[in-house]
Amino acid sequence: MALNRREFLKISAGSGILLASDLSPSLASEPKSLPPEAVGILYDATLCIGCKSCMVNCKKYNSMPKGALEQEYGEIPYEYQSDLQIYDAPIDLSAKTLNIIKTYTNGTGLNKDQEIDGFSFVKQHCLHCVDPACVSVCPVAALFKNPVNGIVGYDKDKCIGCRYCQVACPFQIPKFEFESANPKIVKCQLCRHRYAEGKYAACCEFCPTGASIFGKVTELKAEAANRLAAQPGTEYAYPVKTVDSAEKSVRKVSGYVDHVYGLTEAGGTQYMLMSGVPFANLGFNPAINDQAYPDITWSYIKKVPVLIVALLTAGTVIHLKTKNRKEKSTKGESGQE
Amino acid sequence: MKPGHEIKLWTLNTTCLVIFIIVGIIGMGYRLIHGLGAVTNLNDLYPWGFWLGFDVLGGVAMAAGGFIIACAVYIFNWEKYKPISRPAILTAFLGYLMAVVALFLDIGHPFRLWHPTIMWQVHSVMWVVAIHVILYTTTLAIESSPMLLEKTGMKTTLKLVNKIMIGAVIFGVMLSTLHQASLGAVFLIAPSKMSPLWYTHFLPYMFLISAVAMGMAMVSTEAMLSAKAFNHKIDREIFSGLALGTFRTLALYLALKVFFLLKNAGLAPLMDNTLESGMYLFEVILGIVAPLLLLANKKGRTDLSNIMLANTLVIAGVLINRLNVCLFSMDQYAVTKGYGYFPSIMELLITLGVVSLGIFIFKLAARYLPLFAKV
Repeated sequence: MALNRREFLKISAGSGILLASDLSPSLASEPKSLPPEAVGILYDATLCIGCKSCMVNCKKYNSMPKGALEQEYGEIPYEYQSDLQIYDAPIDLSAKTLNIIKTYTNGTGLNKDQEIDGFSFVKQHCLHCVDPACVSVCPVAALFKNPVNGIVGYDKDKCIGCRYCQVACPFQIPKFEFESANPKIVKCQLCRHRYAEGKYAACCEFCPTGASIFGKVTELKAEAANRLAAQPGTEYAYPVKTVDSAEKSVRKVSGYVDHVYGLTEAGGTQYMLMSGVPFANLGFNPAINDQAYPDITWSYIKKVPVLIVALLTAGTVIHLKTKNRKEKSTKGESGQE
Repeated sequence: MKPGHEIKLWTLNTTCLVIFIIVGIIGMGYRLIHGLGAVTNLNDLYPWGFWLGFDVLGGVAMAAGGFIIACAVYIFNWEKYKPISRPAILTAFLGYLMAVVALFLDIGHPFRLWHPTIMWQVHSVMWVVAIHVILYTTTLAIESSPMLLEKTGMKTTLKLVNKIMIGAVIFGVMLSTLHQASLGAVFLIAPSKMSPLWYTHFLPYMFLISAVAMGMAMVSTEAMLSAKAFNHKIDREIFSGLALGTFRTLALYLALKVFFLLKNAGLAPLMDNTLESGMYLFEVILGIVAPLLLLANKKGRTDLSNIMLANTLVIAGVLINRLNVCLFSMDQYAVTKGYGYFPSIMELLITLGVVSLGIFIFKLAARYLPLFAKV
């Protein structure tokens, strides 16, 4: 039996290869490149003082109507349900926290932005991938990438709550309201609800030092390249709030790891980070490489239509070829169908 | 043909089943009212748990017997397998129903289960899987319908169903083959989270091959149980044929397992004394190596109790594999982030209820419908 099954599979695989050449092009995934007006954030850990203003304002402005944290009752979702109602000290991203400042420490922890005997802050939230894994896996397109500004948004009315995005996201960003009977996925949507008012990401607007700046991704990339090129110890005019801001913070460059995180990771992201400490120490999974995740799955899915045709053809052919055998053997037997 | 009158419906076992079903239904109601957090131990690092790994992936894998037998009887026209085709196809149908019930409970918005039918997203394996489940469950219902139609005497419908049967079967085999593979493809997106012990780009085909082995073991087991229940003789050739098929498929599966282990992970992750390495060895030794040894020689493939033991190991091994891929392969990743998972009592009880429901329906069919062929 196995031998024949293998033959069966061989036949289907064979016809699949024949058909593949004709069918594949029309099914090709469109190449993913940065949308024309892509916006994003550049975070510079060497400028971050860990004040958590971004976290507080993220919660505040995303709890407003149409914000990513909007609750039915229009309140800020407190992290801990107690009388104290502490909302600025979550320990991780959660269904109530879109953005978090974390700390890396080593040894004595005295020197800012140094790997040994030092410390560094890091700001975690959605990286708004150029080709997001979460968008590619969502079975109902509840997660979507804006074709113009590239923001990865979420439609809670489409979502069926399968949580595949949580499995797929290499950065572990989407969070799910497990405690709710009417749950949704919660993730940073780059304050897309504020653009109508001519505003931008709250975490950047309320960052006092310029550690988080908002802007066009192309401009953010140029800014990051300038910073990397600047000699440590020289003075640099860091823009505050937005990349094209007239407001500058002039201070000495303290030196960076020679890499901007997000330029290439997972196929590139619209949130980029700079730091004095290697990114693996800041909680980024070192197993994440430069491959765009959806490509891995697409290489399977694009074969499916071909396989359908191949399997149907093979099934029909084998059935017809072996039919005679049936007619011979069923003679005289009482029909069972 | 008087169907299974010798089957007693109300036994102690049945009473237990009914109790489990009732407990399960109460649990389901509780889950629908209070949400997933109230009944499961799922968390953001373990978004998929026991329901997904066992009920859905396991249920679908167990249903592989249906497409193996449909393939043998209707496509290859091997008439000798015909007497066991109905129970095998019914089991497949029930396996899929179990998966659908579990999916219904597992998704955050159960009553939006139909969304994928109108909100298309062809880049998502989950969408592909959803469409497969809908179409294949329907196909299995058609394939299983003749016995109900025979019983109720709906002759015109029966004639119609018999007319489209071959088409339905070929369509079903295609769907099922792809569905088994697609369930493996679901995990392709997580290379940076899954242990290299399981992750490979070949994962869809690993799922398919293991499902084929499992399908043959399932068919063989079902045939043996039906022979026992009816005290009739089934051609021994069927069992040794299936055992040989299982042996060859498992041998291929083991060879691929070893190849990808050496290629992707090397031997080091096997020695690291983690939950992953333990589960991997457990799966491979218990579910692949042991049945291979049992079925290695011709004598072993004719001894019915030996075959039965091997079948049980194969089935257990594939179920463990699905749990491993879905849960344990990402354990190390979750642990480093400070999370863990173990199914809650409620998750287990609801699963028990779902499985009991499947067995109960099977029993009802065996009692009242022409499920088993008269030999």
